[in-house]
This record gives sequence, structure tokens and C-alpha cells, in this order.
Amino acid sequence: MSKKFVLIFGIGFCFLSLISCNGSGDDKLPVYGEINVEDGDSIFHSIRDFSFINQDSQVVNNASFEDKIYISDFFFTSCPTICPKVKKQMLRIYEAFETEPRLEFISHSIDSKRDSVPVLKAYAEKINISSDRWHLVTGDSKAIYDIAKDYFSIAVEDPNAPGGYDHSGYIILVDKDRHIRAYCDGTNEEEVDEFMEKIKKLLAEMDKK
Amino acid sequence: MFKMRRILVLGIVFLVGVLLFFISSCSPSRNQGAYLYERDCSSCHMPDGSGLGELYPPLAGSDYLKNNQGKLACIIKYGISDTLTVNGIQYDVPMEGIKKLNEVEITNIINYINTAWNNQLVEQKLEDISLQLKKCN
Repeated sequence: MSKKFVLIFGIGFCFLSLISCNGSGDDKLPVYGEINVEDGDSIFHSIRDFSFINQDSQVVNNASFEDKIYISDFFFTSCPTICPKVKKQMLRIYEAFETEPRLEFISHSIDSKRDSVPVLKAYAEKINISSDRWHLVTGDSKAIYDIAKDYFSIAVEDPNAPGGYDHSGYIILVDKDRHIRAYCDGTNEEEVDEFMEKIKKLLAEMDKK
Repeated sequence: MFKMRRILVLGIVFLVGVLLFFISSCSPSRNQGAYLYERDCSSCHMPDGSGLGELYPPLAGSDYLKNNQGKLACIIKYGISDTLTVNGIQYDVPMEGIKKLNEVEITNIINYINTAWNNQLVEQKLEDISLQLKKCN
């Protein structure tokens, strides 16, 4: 009886370790989103053109991230719920990759009424981040809500949500070709740990090319 | 006979389990404090009490917490918009009060904060917290 149990358990364990090893080999990160086929070519989901203003009144657009990978999230400065936790985790990533010039950050404010440039500037100073690497952006709210769809985040005005807005706490990793390559729940420290490993993997992918 | 005994043993194990469950869910104070802290405070002050930059002050190892025990209940209930200096850093982002909390809940939150993350502050009594809450400005 017990021998049989050990055998089954052992086989199960071997099987599990095989599966888990399968994902951590030399293979690339997946490309997320719908794939459309046009003229026989696969078109991967990508982030549309955008143009926003950051905490230093500078324009931030797709060209700002040319030949770089970046991390994106959505927030608002007066957010009473998950935003501070997500920011804390984003700060961990920001500090962990301090010496990596190919990685930048963009946090979109979904509260264009209150989050003016000076408000974003004050927020940036209080968490001690520089617009050289981390843009806190504002812009036309429809443009922000629309681009949120590209990042798979939910950002909509909802009078019933705490603070008046509903949004997800996802952190998204975008490659230099505007494709989404990884994401995680920005309130979950362990998921963020795994996410950081994926950032390293994407950087390694850039090295190979 | 053997079967009966097995049923009896299983029954006792089950009863002990149920009993333990009730004891653990009923024991109030620190558990309720931890739960309420997670629900109402940790978004800004963080689960480890470290705060966030110069936006939200830390509660772990905070000199303000240590020196202003008598103000905590009113701050939790009614919020605060004064600039506070915590461990030498100024914080001016206003905190909203959590008006739905009653005096027992506030006492439990304070006692959780006072003893979590290596904080070694004296436990507060419900009577004192009640008195403080009657005198909030």
C-alpha cells in the first residue's frame, strides 16, 4: 500500500519537475494578445501610437522608448486603494535595475482632472524618481483609457469605486517592438519577483540580437 | 466494535478541529487588529509598516508613533491634514479618517501597530481610547 503511494507520488513529482523545467529553459518570453494574420504574416498585438506629458512637462511618446523596453502601469495620485502598493513594487523594480539604461518606466494617471503636471511632479519628488527613467504622464483622458485597453488594464471612471476610478493593478512589460511580453499583479510581491526575472530574460534577448 | 471505535476517534478529531477553529476565529484583539490593518491601512502604510517614500510615513520604527500614542485614535478615526515629522522627514499628504471604525476596532488596530514589525510599544486600553475619541478636535 505505502510502496504504491510512494511510487505514484514519485512519478507525479518527476512529472511536475519536468513541466516546471520546461518553462525556464532558453526559450523566449511569450508575446501576449491577439495575433492577426495579414497576407500570410502574423501581426502581433502591439501598443498604439501615443503622446502624453510627463512630470517635467516633457512630451513622452513611442519614440521616447526607442530601442528600449519599458514597464507600464495605471494609477492616480489620490488613489486610496491599490496604487501605493503597486508603486512600492514598481520602486523595487526601479531600484533593482538602477544601472540598466535600456529599461524605463511609464505610469499613466487616469485622473486627468486632478493629476496636473505640478501634482505629478510633487508625487515624483516624494517617491524620489527621475523623469530620466520614470515618466508619470497625464493627457487626454480618453486617450489614456484607450491605451489602457492595449495594455490590458482596466481604467474607467466609476463613481462607485474608491476614489472614483476603477483600474487594475497590473504591471506590464513591453519590448522594443511595442509587444507585451510579461505582466504581473503589482500588489503581489512574489509575482513581482518572478516578473523581475522576466525583465532580465527580455534584456538577455536584446543582447543576442 | 472496531468500526465503532474508529467512528468515535474520527468524531473526536472533528470536534477538536471545530473547537480550534472557533477559538482561533473568536480570539479578538491582535487578530482583528491585523485584519483591519490589512483592510484599511496597509494600502498606504504597507503590509510591513514601511510607508511609501515621502508620501506616506512608516509605522514600523516610527518616532512619531512612539511619541504621540494619545493622538492615534483620533487620527485613525478622523484623519489628519497637519504636516507631520516622522524620523526626521516631513509628510504633508493628508490622511483621510476611517469613520466606520468603532472604539474596539481602533484599539485593536493601535495594539496591532504597537506590537507588529518589532515595534515594542505599550498596549493601549479600551477605556483610554474611548476617552481620547470623545475629545477629538
